[in-house]
Amino acid sequence: MTIPVLEITNLHKKFGEVEVLKGIDLTMQSGNVVSLIGSSGSGKTTLLRCVNLLEDYEDGVVAVEGEQIGYKQHKGRRIRLKEREIARQRAMTGMAFQHFNLFPHMSAIHNVMLGLIKTRKTPKDEAYAAAEGWLDRVGMKNWKDHYPGQLSGGQQQRVAIARAIAMNPVLMLFDEVTSALDPELVSEVLAVVKDLASDGMTMLLVTHEMQFAHDVSDTVVFMQDGRIGEQGPPEQLFHNPKSERLAAFLKNSKF
Amino acid sequence: MDIMQALDAIWSARWPLLDGFGNTILISAVSILLGTPLGVGVGLILSYGNRVLRFIVRLYSDFLRGTPVFVLILACFYILSIVGIQLSAFQAGVFALTLFCSSHVGEIVQGALKTIPKGQTEAAKSVGLTFFGTFFSVLLPQALRMILPTWVTTATEIVKASTLLSVIGVVELLLATQQVISRTYLSLELYFFAGLVFFLINFAIEKAGRFVERKVSLPN
Repeated sequence: MTIPVLEITNLHKKFGEVEVLKGIDLTMQSGNVVSLIGSSGSGKTTLLRCVNLLEDYEDGVVAVEGEQIGYKQHKGRRIRLKEREIARQRAMTGMAFQHFNLFPHMSAIHNVMLGLIKTRKTPKDEAYAAAEGWLDRVGMKNWKDHYPGQLSGGQQQRVAIARAIAMNPVLMLFDEVTSALDPELVSEVLAVVKDLASDGMTMLLVTHEMQFAHDVSDTVVFMQDGRIGEQGPPEQLFHNPKSERLAAFLKNSKF
Repeated sequence: MDIMQALDAIWSARWPLLDGFGNTILISAVSILLGTPLGVGVGLILSYGNRVLRFIVRLYSDFLRGTPVFVLILACFYILSIVGIQLSAFQAGVFALTLFCSSHVGEIVQGALKTIPKGQTEAAKSVGLTFFGTFFSVLLPQALRMILPTWVTTATEIVKASTLLSVIGVVELLLATQQVISRTYLSLELYFFAGLVFFLINFAIEKAGRFVERKVSLPN
């Protein structure tokens, strides 16, 4: 058995006194596409953010390619890794955000190049060529010299996805990448994500687009109150939900 | 007022006046060039430092901003020598203005950093940037653009405050002018002249600031 790309065991996370993740177990093999669905406050975005340690976690283990993210065990105690180590681990995964978070003072291509140059230490000309290739892949090559302020939301999100995948991550994290977009711009971004999925990219998505989750994922995870309520293949979850909570959730969603 | 007589006096005193002018420029430029990066450090610590460091720098900044520059200059000149640090009047003055500049730049940098969305830091982290990588590649370039107009104002404040160095005997433009007045008694004309020169220096700084602002403004 190969090492799973992502293995989450008994993950617990608190915000102050409020426990938002109450013991999550999730395993992803290479090429898996897993969608997290559930009502807001169910913990899906927090779960995603624990994977690249944008949120610290209190208990349990998040491991990417067998390496625990953010912490190590030392004489039975859990110690947070050094900043530099964490930075290296974060670059193993790529992330696309709800609000794109492109760097406004850099052109599209420089947004994509930054991680390659600073983190991967790629020479500038190589980074430029690579970034250009990725922008082409998301259909943004002709806009490479534009600044984020000159691009539509959908275009910005495509550049942001290129910025993440250019790092050649073992796992892509998508955090509600279409929620901030005007309806007519959603499809161009989903097309890019679909294209990556069909190319075998391992992906963990938080989404409110039920049809999209249905079409693209091989596993759908329904989260409720900080726990995994139900998980399985999309046909089963969407057409044959076991719990009433999931049935009610699907009824209220657009699906 | 005899304009010809005044112009004549200014012309014949052109070398000492030019010397004073040069000193004013030198004092201001050195204070701003040293004070600005120091101020960025102050802003960095105020924003991201640990509790102890933040407390110390907070104290530093509040103290400097709450003290008249005049007092600061006198203190640097007279008090530092008591504790064994011998600075010339020029050095002490530049030192005082540098501290003054750093505290003001520190505050505006901190303010600017606060307004940058958290998503910027998160995006930088997500591509593997370290804290300093994030700061220098992502946060600082945005903060500097934001602080530019206020920073220009600080720079003009420094130029104006440089006149205070005359009291510890640094012959900058004001003291040079006063020395000419003591010979010629053309106080009105020469003070007006000095005022005009100060105005022109600051006017040039403002214009240069606007120019840079246009150059670095982001297209949208």
